[in-house]
Amino acid sequence: MAHFRGLAGWRCPNTRPRVSRKRRGAFQGQRSCVGMVENRSSVHSSANVTWKARETWEEEKLIQQELTNLKATVSAPTTTLRLMKECMVRLIYCEMLGYESSFGYIHAIKLAQQGNLLEKRVGYLAVSLFLHENHELLLLLVNTVVKDLQSTNLVEVCMALTVVSQIFPREMIPAVLPLIEDKLQHSKEIIRRKAVQALYKFYLIAPNQVQHIHDKFRKALCDRDVGVMAASLHIYLQMIKENSSGYKDLTESFVTILKQVVGGKLPIDFNYHSVPAPWLQIQLLRILGLLGKDDPRTSELMHDVLDESLRRAEINHNITYAILFECVQTIYTIYPKPDLLEKAAKCIGKFVLSPKINLKYLGLKALTYVIQQDPNLALQHQMTIIECLDHPDPIIKRETLELLYRITNGQNVTVIVQKMLDYLKQSKEEYTIINLVSKIAELAEKYAPANEWFIQTMNAVFSIGGDVMHPDIPNNFLRLLAEGFDDEKEDKQLRLYAVQSYLGLLEEEDAIYPQKFLQVMSWVLGEYSYLINDEGDPEVIMTRLHKLLKKTFVTSETKAWIMAAITKIASLNPGSKTVDKLIQEFSTSLDTCMRQYAFELKHLCEDKDLMKNLLPLDASCDDMVVDASLSFLDGFVAEGLSRGAAPYKPHHQRQEEKLSQEKALNFEPYGLSLSSSMSTSGFTGRQSPTGLSFGSDISGNSTEMGQKEMSSLKLDGVKKLWGKDGYLPKKDSKTGKEDKLEAVPPGSTLGGNMVDHPLSEADQEVVSPSEEEKEKQQLASTLFVGLASNNAVSLMGKADTTTQKFKRKSKISETQNSEEVPSIQHDATLSSSPLPEAQSNNNENIQSTEHVRLRKTSLSSSEVLEASISFKRPQSLMEAGLDAKLPDCRLSPSSLFADNNMEVFQPTQVIPSVAASKASLIPSLSEELASNPHSEAVELCSSDTLAVNLCKVWTDDCLLLVLFVANRSSSALKNVNLVFENSEHFKVRKL
Amino acid sequence: SFTGLANQTFCTVLLYKNSPSLKTRESEDIQQQIIRETFHLVSKRDENVCNFLEGGLLIGGSDNKLIYRHYATLYFVFCVDSSESELGILDLIQVFVETLDKCFENVCELDLIFHVDKVHNILAEMVMGGMVLETNMNEIVTQIDAQNKLEKSETFIFQSPRQDR
Repeated sequence: MAHFRGLAGWRCPNTRPRVSRKRRGAFQGQRSCVGMVENRSSVHSSANVTWKARETWEEEKLIQQELTNLKATVSAPTTTLRLMKECMVRLIYCEMLGYESSFGYIHAIKLAQQGNLLEKRVGYLAVSLFLHENHELLLLLVNTVVKDLQSTNLVEVCMALTVVSQIFPREMIPAVLPLIEDKLQHSKEIIRRKAVQALYKFYLIAPNQVQHIHDKFRKALCDRDVGVMAASLHIYLQMIKENSSGYKDLTESFVTILKQVVGGKLPIDFNYHSVPAPWLQIQLLRILGLLGKDDPRTSELMHDVLDESLRRAEINHNITYAILFECVQTIYTIYPKPDLLEKAAKCIGKFVLSPKINLKYLGLKALTYVIQQDPNLALQHQMTIIECLDHPDPIIKRETLELLYRITNGQNVTVIVQKMLDYLKQSKEEYTIINLVSKIAELAEKYAPANEWFIQTMNAVFSIGGDVMHPDIPNNFLRLLAEGFDDEKEDKQLRLYAVQSYLGLLEEEDAIYPQKFLQVMSWVLGEYSYLINDEGDPEVIMTRLHKLLKKTFVTSETKAWIMAAITKIASLNPGSKTVDKLIQEFSTSLDTCMRQYAFELKHLCEDKDLMKNLLPLDASCDDMVVDASLSFLDGFVAEGLSRGAAPYKPHHQRQEEKLSQEKALNFEPYGLSLSSSMSTSGFTGRQSPTGLSFGSDISGNSTEMGQKEMSSLKLDGVKKLWGKDGYLPKKDSKTGKEDKLEAVPPGSTLGGNMVDHPLSEADQEVVSPSEEEKEKQQLASTLFVGLASNNAVSLMGKADTTTQKFKRKSKISETQNSEEVPSIQHDATLSSSPLPEAQSNNNENIQSTEHVRLRKTSLSSSEVLEASISFKRPQSLMEAGLDAKLPDCRLSPSSLFADNNMEVFQPTQVIPSVAASKASLIPSLSEELASNPHSEAVELCSSDTLAVNLCKVWTDDCLLLVLFVANRSSSALKNVNLVFENSEHFKVRKL
Repeated sequence: SFTGLANQTFCTVLLYKNSPSLKTRESEDIQQQIIRETFHLVSKRDENVCNFLEGGLLIGGSDNKLIYRHYATLYFVFCVDSSESELGILDLIQVFVETLDKCFENVCELDLIFHVDKVHNILAEMVMGGMVLETNMNEIVTQIDAQNKLEKSETFIFQSPRQDR
């Protein structure tokens, strides 16, 4: 509830003590009565009453009283329009405070219709504030608007146009459209401008209806008045946002306009702090950015004017920085031009180094924006970034973390994640938590240097993120544990560590954990607690889980998870006392679900064989064959039918029939209600860590149910792979050395570039570093190590050994020393691809068909895609048997592309085919694709004549698989056929 | 997106909504919640921090941000999406305040409360349909003055006799 307590003057608060908070008591004595509509200055007294309200309830009472009075007044037939106007202003006020005042809406419309100018204006204002676009009363306004548009009074026309641009019913646009079109030719500039703005509104709410007047927009763009032209830019910005290719021809016009504006050709009126029409410039720069994106030819046109804008914006005022910022963004958006980029980079430096905090914020934003194209820039400003990390303003801190998130790699991940966790611990905002927690989880999955670190980080994520975080995070984590990697031993270690860590956490008596975390714990304990058997007693684990069940903060859903875990452990340890106790205790529970679990457990314990069958060890990833048609019941059904039972109808059919009998419309979607309810997830949770499972609902909806649930297990929105580079990079570098065919990851090229890069201020400070500086530099060297390891080392000399905590596993430092520094990013994505492939390439098994099996386990999106690529080429190629054992997966590969929703992109840019057979080919993505999150190009297979690289690109709505085919021979490739096997939907052919 | 003004104790003084979603989808309650959250967020900020706030969940997540300015006892808050330039809006608030100052001659909070309609009209001249339309202060003042004059004269001619009755 909003309330007025204590007001003070705005210019000089102390000169108005009469309304200050302290004196309010004295003021209160003069309270006037509430209903004073007769009073001339009624609005004033109404507000007076409001301020004097001491308590919220008192205030509410006053406003309610006021509303009652207003209600009586507006409905009285004797009320004059003038009085009505007063009432409307007061109603606006009450509405703004959040009180219901719908009784006045119709009077507002009436006032707009009948009043004189001043009253009309208040009426229109009230309407635009009260009503929303789909309000039924809005239709009553149309007639008034039409009348006013035809008026000879300019003010009336203006008001009508204003209200149209604020609120207008979509279906009535045709009624006013011709009138407004006429206004585009009006002699008065302000009318033309408002008409353009009204058309913009129409374009937003109903683009189809204004399609025929696009040429009029062009006319408005060429209007002799700058204001009208500026208004039309709004429309163009919107249209170009939606379809930039359709307006390329206008680029030159926009450039010319911007040139004129920058050159000061506009009337002096448009200057703001002696900057010519800054908002107009910003608008134009945005449009140019959209037009020039990925288009070298169009970008060419705007280079000059951008250069000039940068040059002209010299005055040290806020608004010039606004223009500069826009300029920089445009320069980095359009097709790059080196010297402009250099200037823009300098500009970003100005922002980042500025003492003004707003500029610093924008500087960080700009850095975040350009960091992928130009990581050097982050290195130049590394000390500033470090300072920003400790900035008192949390917004700046968060922006810095966002920046760090973009430059995270395997080497600095621990430091960055630690920084993020520190920030999270201080933050209480839900939005921040959700946002950061998912970033941490993503980074941890992608770059985790060690099992312990990973589990501990995820523990922190779960306990901080708690129940607000995205449900995908625990799901992915569990899937990761369940599916494991190629290395059985590593998997075991990871699981064992998780079990140990959770047991430790549960040991603490009074600790309260979020529900999601408890669910994760119980699933892991249920699945993998057998791993600990040598050193731990299953009884202890069960006692701990049992204790949890009795805690009050545990929700019934979590209880279901815990019960499932206990059931799993019980199946491995028959005759447990704790289980008996538990069964006894919960068989009489008032909670029906718990009672059911207890009974189920009891019966299972009595039938050991069934229990073993039902709950096999470590089989969470095994395929479960679900007889969705329930064919084993056929005999039973036939018997029932023969005895005259009614045939079964699916649930929705029954519902439909029921509804059609009732002759009512069904507004409910016929979708299936997925059983995420605990009644099913608890017991059968074994087969799917997601909590979705096949359960009791199956009987309700026989056939489709099973299938739909299967496909619904797919989790979307998660992309990253998690790899344990602990063992990967070693082998990787080996293969790299052997073959020299390894695609060189960008990280290493960067490292090379950075060696002779002039060092930033940070370097100069090395001369006499104070203690604090030293710390900062250490931090810097750990943070930016992946960007340019050489540089970072030169900063501190012994950056690698600063703290044990930040040091990566020795295996990785080995790889650093080797020639081909495979960035960890690279490793992470590689983690699941089979390794011995490269060696096997050396086998000169020449066959006419190369058959490559590649496997890509995308852990995040549960599905395992299996694609086989066959190359049919006249020249013979050797065979590379890259078949790796696929982990069992629940989903058939075709389910990935079940809706045939796959597009094949033909790359526009031809990868330069380097003829040198042994040279390493660096496949690079096209500009457009590279801006999306993408994996490193991974070499799938190669031979003397041909190399194939794969790169995954995640766009907003789909996963793109980019295949780079490089020809290493001197002969020309005439024909390449790529055939993806194993799915009939999956066919790519390139000529 | 919306514009809001609040005084130091965070009572709303002025609210101008332009986002269709704010007007249709959400009920009064949610609107009030948004206002409360917004001013709660803004009020927690110190003096020397930046004037931008990235959104809470209610105002639409990462796409929307709050840009605010603090004048004595008043907070001017604009909630805009990513299509607006942050610094541009910051200066727009400045223009708005200067214009108010010109129109009301040494404006104070009470002026804004008592003349809600006028303030809305000034805002409508500057930001029309959510778009920055006019940023030339003199132009706005002239426009407002002209309208006021027209209305006053008309009020005088038509309204006075009616009132006498």
